[in-house]
Amino acid sequence: MSGILVFVEQRDGSIRKGSLEALSEAHRHAAANGWDVAAVLPGSGIEGVAAGLGAYGAGKVFIADDANLKLYSAEGYAEAVVAAAKQMTPHAIFFSATAMGRDLAPRVAAKLGVGGLADVTGLTLEGETFVARRPVYSAKAFATVDTAGKTPQVISLRPNVFSAEEAGGSAEIVKLDGLALSIRAMVKELVSSEGGEIDVAEANIIVSGGRGLKGPENFALMRELAELLGAAVGASRAAVDAGWIDHSHQVGQTGKVVSPTLYIANGISGAIQHLAGMSSSKIIVAINKDPDAPIFKVADYGVVGDLFQVVPAMIEEIKKVKAA
Amino acid sequence: MKCIVCMTHVPDTASIIRIGADGQHIDETGIKWIVSPYDEYALEEALQLTEAKGGEVTVMTYGPQRAEAGLRECLARGAHNAVHILGGEKTLGDSFAIAKVLAAAIKDREFDVILVGVKGVGTDNSQVGQMLAELLDLPHVSNVVKVEWNDGAIVAEREVEGGHEVVESPLPAVLTAQKGLNEPRYAALKGIMAAKRKPVEKVDPSALGLDEDVLAGAEATYNLRSLELPPEKQAGKIIQGEDDPQAAAAELVKLLHEEAKAF
Repeated sequence: MSGILVFVEQRDGSIRKGSLEALSEAHRHAAANGWDVAAVLPGSGIEGVAAGLGAYGAGKVFIADDANLKLYSAEGYAEAVVAAAKQMTPHAIFFSATAMGRDLAPRVAAKLGVGGLADVTGLTLEGETFVARRPVYSAKAFATVDTAGKTPQVISLRPNVFSAEEAGGSAEIVKLDGLALSIRAMVKELVSSEGGEIDVAEANIIVSGGRGLKGPENFALMRELAELLGAAVGASRAAVDAGWIDHSHQVGQTGKVVSPTLYIANGISGAIQHLAGMSSSKIIVAINKDPDAPIFKVADYGVVGDLFQVVPAMIEEIKKVKAA
Repeated sequence: MKCIVCMTHVPDTASIIRIGADGQHIDETGIKWIVSPYDEYALEEALQLTEAKGGEVTVMTYGPQRAEAGLRECLARGAHNAVHILGGEKTLGDSFAIAKVLAAAIKDREFDVILVGVKGVGTDNSQVGQMLAELLDLPHVSNVVKVEWNDGAIVAEREVEGGHEVVESPLPAVLTAQKGLNEPRYAALKGIMAAKRKPVEKVDPSALGLDEDVLAGAEATYNLRSLELPPEKQAGKIIQGEDDPQAAAAELVKLLHEEAKAF
């Protein structure tokens, strides 16, 4: 046993922020215990990317560089992670709980004959045991859990919760050769959504709209505010079910559970379903004409008023602040 | 096409969650139990597929006695067969144990595809489908929002950050269903009546060669130490903006910028 292995996710050679967060969290625990941190990076033509991981605390980077790994496949990537785990025999394997990480981690865990702690928002170490805090019932409750002594401890970390910080080191590159890749389900293409919008699951700031927007055309106002703040556009289930915006924007129990720094809820009453998806946001702002709307109970700041008057005025004020 | 749909019975998404006296489980008083919403998409896909191409849908759950109501709901919507593996309280939240039980129940059955919801809206692990695929040595595609069913193969789209991945896979495979895949139907009265007469096959884990005490003991992979409610939030600063929205907006932006340092 010798430390923590971190799966690092890249698309077209760019490393996902969540992976750097996972690497940094691994480094924080490892540094306090004299453990090693290694990264495992599958892809094609990724050697140049690997070296940069040293700065985030990886002492070693296992690379699986293969044309068949250019696009993601659970089976191919799992083979690479398991090969690295066999060389390292880590205490734990960390993933960022992105779409890829959440797909891959359970496959890796089952391959290794262990379970997994998914989407954790807090981690402490007791001896060699990670104790994780994770939201359950869509963050209506939090469970404190561990892997019941099974190792490696497969853990996925919710994006945007743990901080990514440079630790200033350098990494040794180790090639994983001779992988027995047998890939049945294979990604053929990645289709980006229109306009390259920021995804709510990854955003630092989310501007969300609900039934109070009255129609699909008024999401333009949300987009204008979002663009100004570099934010993603979110939506309540009511707005999605009305067909005003695609489900990929939905925040809530049957949508995405998010933890941005700033969440601005516009015309969202705050049904329990929605609160479950965004109540762990660091700062919550509510704009709603109904002073009794439940959203105000979780809001750090709120304006009781007509969003069609308040939001345009906010946009002007933010422009002034940004210009100053 | 023979479809197996794995279903989990969970608290209604509108439920208020309270912690039970043991500090480890929810207080089930007054909880209404439903078929997990994502499993509804999995079931609907299987129903549409068999309506178009023939075949049958077997819905399966691993849960306590009350989960039979969830199976009946699926039968009422059109599932042909139901399998109830009794238990699951001791292994709650342990995705690997659940996957082992389902894999044992499925491995000797004939099927072309296994459909499950991307997650149960309970312990929210989102792991069982992928683990089941690994245990049965099958390919999987998770978070699926669209499927094109071809002979012996599929083209599926899965939702990822900022787009969709287009995935090709041979069948049999495991798919995990995301919202957007289809529009689940309601059960019609005729279906509800018919469901009452359809048999539910009851299976004890021991008949699968599994011992729940071992799954939840020596082989456990998920140890629940405690369950808590989220910390209470302090009351926020609420600005009245009905009369002067301009001033309210200015004050809000000032607070966000200077006090909260949100941007």
